[in-house]
Amino acid sequence: MTPVLELTGITKQFPGVLANDHIDLKLEKGEILALLGENGAGKSTLMNILYGLYQPDSGTIFVNGKQIDVHSSIDAIRAGIGMVHQHFMLIPVFTVTDNVMLGEESLVLGDFLDRKTAAARIRKISEQYNLDVDPNAMVGDLPVGVQQRVEIIKLLYRDASILIFDEPTAVLTPQEADELFKIMRSLSEQGKSIIFITHKLREVLEYSDRIMVIRRGKVIGETTPSDADQEKLAEMMVGRAVNLNQDKKKAQKGEIVLQAKDLVVADSTKKITVHSITFTLYSGEILGIAGVQGNGQTELEEAVTGMRDFESGEIQISGKVIRKIKPREFVEAGGAHVPEDRQRDGLILSFPVEDNLMLCTYYKPPFSINGILDRKEIRRNAQTLISEFDVRTPSPLTDVGTLSGGNQQKVIVARELSRNNRLIVASQPTRGLDVGSIEYIHGQLLKKRDEGCGILLISSELDEIMELSDRILVMYKGEAIVTVDADAVSKSEIGLYMAGISQQRIPGSSETAAEKSSMGE
Amino acid sequence: MSALNNDTEQKKNEAKQAGEIFLQELSRKPSNNNSFFSKLWSAIQIPFLAILSGLFLGALIIIFTSPDVYEAFGKGLGTGFKAVFSVVGNAYGALFAGAFGSPSKIMEALRTGEKIDRVFKPISQSLVETTPYLLSGLALALGFRAGIFNVGGEGQIYVGGTAAAFVGFAFADLPRAIHLPLSVLVGIIAGGIWGFIPGWLKAKTGSHEVINTIMLNYIALRLVEFLLTGPMTKIGSGGMPISNPVQESARIPLIFKKPLTLHYGFFFALIMAVLIWFFLFKTKWGFNLQMAGANKHAAKYAGLNIGIWTVLGMTISGALNGLCGANQVLGVTYTMGLGVSAGYGFDSIALALLANNNPLGCILSALLFGLLRTGSRNMMSNTGIPLDIVSIVQAFILMFIAAPAIIRTVYHLRAKKVQAPTAVNVSGWGGNR
Amino acid sequence: MMKTKPVYLKHAVSPRDRIMGFVFLILGLFVLLVFNKNFSSETITTFAMTPGGISRGVMTDWLIQTNRTLWICGILLFLIGIYQFIFGFGHRSNLILVLVSLIFVFSFIVYVAANKMLNLAGLLASALAMAVPIILGGFCGILCERAGVVNIAIEGMMLMGAMLGSVVGSATKNIWFGLAAAMLGGGILALVHAWLSIKYKINQIVSGTVINIFSTGMTSYISSMYLQDFPNLNKTPRFPSVAIPGLADIPFIGPIIFDNSLFVYGMFLLLILLQFGLFKTRWGLRLRAVGEHPKAADTLGINVFKTRYMAVILGGLLAGFAGAYFSLGSVGRFDEGMTSGKGFIGLAAMIFGNWIPFRTMLAGILFGFADSLSSSVSILGSSIPGQFINMLPYLVTIIVLAGVVGSSSGPAASGTPYEKE
Repeated sequence: MTPVLELTGITKQFPGVLANDHIDLKLEKGEILALLGENGAGKSTLMNILYGLYQPDSGTIFVNGKQIDVHSSIDAIRAGIGMVHQHFMLIPVFTVTDNVMLGEESLVLGDFLDRKTAAARIRKISEQYNLDVDPNAMVGDLPVGVQQRVEIIKLLYRDASILIFDEPTAVLTPQEADELFKIMRSLSEQGKSIIFITHKLREVLEYSDRIMVIRRGKVIGETTPSDADQEKLAEMMVGRAVNLNQDKKKAQKGEIVLQAKDLVVADSTKKITVHSITFTLYSGEILGIAGVQGNGQTELEEAVTGMRDFESGEIQISGKVIRKIKPREFVEAGGAHVPEDRQRDGLILSFPVEDNLMLCTYYKPPFSINGILDRKEIRRNAQTLISEFDVRTPSPLTDVGTLSGGNQQKVIVARELSRNNRLIVASQPTRGLDVGSIEYIHGQLLKKRDEGCGILLISSELDEIMELSDRILVMYKGEAIVTVDADAVSKSEIGLYMAGISQQRIPGSSETAAEKSSMGE
Repeated sequence: MSALNNDTEQKKNEAKQAGEIFLQELSRKPSNNNSFFSKLWSAIQIPFLAILSGLFLGALIIIFTSPDVYEAFGKGLGTGFKAVFSVVGNAYGALFAGAFGSPSKIMEALRTGEKIDRVFKPISQSLVETTPYLLSGLALALGFRAGIFNVGGEGQIYVGGTAAAFVGFAFADLPRAIHLPLSVLVGIIAGGIWGFIPGWLKAKTGSHEVINTIMLNYIALRLVEFLLTGPMTKIGSGGMPISNPVQESARIPLIFKKPLTLHYGFFFALIMAVLIWFFLFKTKWGFNLQMAGANKHAAKYAGLNIGIWTVLGMTISGALNGLCGANQVLGVTYTMGLGVSAGYGFDSIALALLANNNPLGCILSALLFGLLRTGSRNMMSNTGIPLDIVSIVQAFILMFIAAPAIIRTVYHLRAKKVQAPTAVNVSGWGGNR
Repeated sequence: MMKTKPVYLKHAVSPRDRIMGFVFLILGLFVLLVFNKNFSSETITTFAMTPGGISRGVMTDWLIQTNRTLWICGILLFLIGIYQFIFGFGHRSNLILVLVSLIFVFSFIVYVAANKMLNLAGLLASALAMAVPIILGGFCGILCERAGVVNIAIEGMMLMGAMLGSVVGSATKNIWFGLAAAMLGGGILALVHAWLSIKYKINQIVSGTVINIFSTGMTSYISSMYLQDFPNLNKTPRFPSVAIPGLADIPFIGPIIFDNSLFVYGMFLLLILLQFGLFKTRWGLRLRAVGEHPKAADTLGINVFKTRYMAVILGGLLAGFAGAYFSLGSVGRFDEGMTSGKGFIGLAAMIFGNWIPFRTMLAGILFGFADSLSSSVSILGSSIPGQFINMLPYLVTIIVLAGVVGSSSGPAASGTPYEKE
């Protein structure tokens, strides 16, 4: 039988990187193929070539045995290829119907939109595949899980037979992810062929029919879930044995470094996103904040570090009560902050590395004496940190925006952790980084913990939370569902909490604000 | 002996270092190990070619709008082309002569020692024109560095000039040591207020400074018109929009004798350029301002109150424009009229971007603009080509500076990764933040 | 799945509400204490209800008692102010703002025209006429920004349109050629703007500034090179007013709306086309998609660059049309800088109108009204110097932009060049 899709010899060169190096790939009808590789391995590039967003330097694409040229996404759509992007390609101010039919509109009277017909078709598709989407809803109002289903409808609306999912579970709870994979399975049973891209080993082993591993733009090997295990896949993916579990000493808890009492925070639209959260962070421990993205973690992080005013409640840093905290006070009180959006908040991309390495303390000695900047000292500081934290940059004068994502994050980590601090708030510290950088940053955080820092770790990567934290606070819809010792829970239990289910109370859970929250309000 | 040698050697090195720092600052790039000249070229190639291309396109416009050329082409192709060259040659020749004076006459005068003041008049006039350009250019450059697009130069110059003129004529019998600085100061404050308003509006409500400053230009124009025809009008002018002349004690003294009109404001402007440069690049406050301009989220993260720095940036920018207005009234026209600004506020947008928003670079581009403007007057009186050709050339220069890719394509230069000199946030006009 | 309603902060009277309430109070007091100072109960304000020189749709003059009207208006404003200050009108505050402005402006003209006659219909008719270039400029802005390109070059495009319209109209003695040339001029400048900001991805405000500087320079250049020496090149026929049979006979409204030149009718036609085009057709859906999320549009096979070029060039044609209004529709010649910031005010109208054509038109009429009010008032001979009344439209623009009307947000991708990887 001819494969539904065949790629041969796909090569793509970007300035400085060979993103795809003669990649061959086959996809059979009704199959779920997992494309595994770490961040920056070239998976997304390959799929973007297949979808016509990039042009390959060489290589050919066959669909159902026929060679096709994909110059733009329109060619891909015509060939029956559809893609669910990692960052959804949805317009929040449009309805589901408008989003779905965009580019493939139903028309009446020449150029007028026939929204009724389109909506009816969407409803039909939604019922056929059990997707439960309301065509008239405004996309921006829908939860991410539903938005992803809208993306799937977009493909089915165009009769796509080859579906590509790019990191589909990045924004989902484990339970939502299970739901998604159920949908994917039912799609494949109805004859659709699926490729999904991921760097999560568990998903690959549980849900795929076949696994292809890519590293540094090359196909490393193929295997099936039954022949592989996590360690083997990780080694294929990274190219060396990976220590999946950092060696972690028992936490030496000390005094309180950060305390939040009944903290209420609203987002910029004045919607309350953090409902009365209470927690305590001790020195020498890592408190992980788990939760699906968008459940108030960002606002919590911003409130604690002074980036956002909180509405009510109280924050204490090292015993000092702070009512209206500002970022500079946070720094002065011995705080360090690795922000969630590193390019927006943590760095000034058009400034050189050396300036970024003094960003929070530039105003005081040794960098600035009587208001005059001491460039020599700034350079010396930069050179020290660059070598100490292994930042790969041509020179301290290079604009930080030209560095790779991993090195940008290292600049932030170097700056923040090099200060003599007692409190670290780190949000999504390893998002989008390769395994080497992730290991490095995890190591640094643990080192700081052992030196007696209190660390508040906010991450939507459950693995990261489980691996580093001593205690875990799970947030759901702005409330602390539970706070537990990390040793006392399993991943699936945390997954349940992340979905807002808090009735099974685990022994060992402590000082929780969960009393206030319960099922269905 | 050897000590002396060492000394000169050291001085040479220092000079060389200073030159390199200057170039580095101009290009905002780390120095690599190339020779001095290749560095010089890479620093100035884009501005240089932009100016060249701007003048070339200006020439095309002169050609296409010249009746003489069409007439000559009617007579034949040869005469036509001859006319093309003569029209452009005459125009730019007159421009050059008007800006620098005639080289042969200068040599002659230097040799004979006669009419020295006459032959140096054009260059002196060019430097007089350079001064307001430099001050207004500094205002724009500082604004861009602070993330502000101050299109309100015209209004700020008007307001500053009027305020300075008022102090200049209203107080008689003050010694120059008090009267002149006081007049300048009041001009600066007035311009600063006119800059503060859009800055405050931006910080407080998020409304975009581009539209606000333009509206304030119109408002300033009406306000000044009211003052000049009403309370401040020249006695006996019959309602013409012109003010009383400022007192002798408030005028900026001339450096030479008339007809050389170069006044000390020129040196003051040069000093301002160095001061602003020092402020922006060597002090923490300048760093604050640039941080607030480059990334307001990160600036907040670094502990700044963005609102304050936005307002401050806009106020300083307005104050510099106010200084520019005061300089014109107290040093050139000695009376406030509606012709005082004549486009400095708009032209300096191109000027500042040409200098990559570097205060020291502004000196060079202000010199260029000053020469162009002075020369264009001579061109207009000699060849009848309107002054406005200079604005057109400046628009082209701005275009090429903003889109260096065009220059690179046209001249087949190697593409380089250079961040375009932008500091303006264009998304979102209204109070949506 | 459980559904929880998002919790918002309790609606409190915001500082903005308080300030507004305070301002309303002041306005009320102003009406009571300043406007209503010296009027006896016999003072009469007369409004003429038919524009001058019109014989169709005549309506009799409207006489009102100045003193009593001002009392009512002032007290009304005062009460609204108190309510706004203490309780706030919440999400209806924009409506209240409009109401307050109307009452205040009405009080003002009643005050100015006390013991005199003011032609109210003429005032409104000229407001509509003055609003035309502002509204068309706003439409140009809507087209460009809905597709994701910020256009501050509307002013320059208008100026070029006005100049070319006059020159070609004068040279050919044909208003239609003049109009075509004006639109073409705007379109070509728009093409340059599109080329710079889409192909070369330069900062769109800088690009717009380039065009504004160029256009100001070029029109002045042509003007002083030719138009001053050859006045025949700057004396164009104008578009006449055409009364629409039947409709023009409606009293009051007829002469104001249905007895106008092509520009007013064209503006209404464009309003309908744009309003429906943007929200009901495939063309509009795609255009808005490109302005909101160009990458999403691209992944669905929509050509982002082509769409943007199309929108900006159409916008340029519109701006050229607006420019033609100044020379071909209004005075019949070109003067340097005759657009006097109308393009920028058009942008403000667009923002005020939340990027929606119909609301933009209403905002444009507001600005036009401020404009025509200033000329009417100076004709009546008020004690306020003319220059201050002339500032009105610019002041209103600043106030509107400052978000007194509440926050508005434009297309998400407006101003950001699209990078196709």
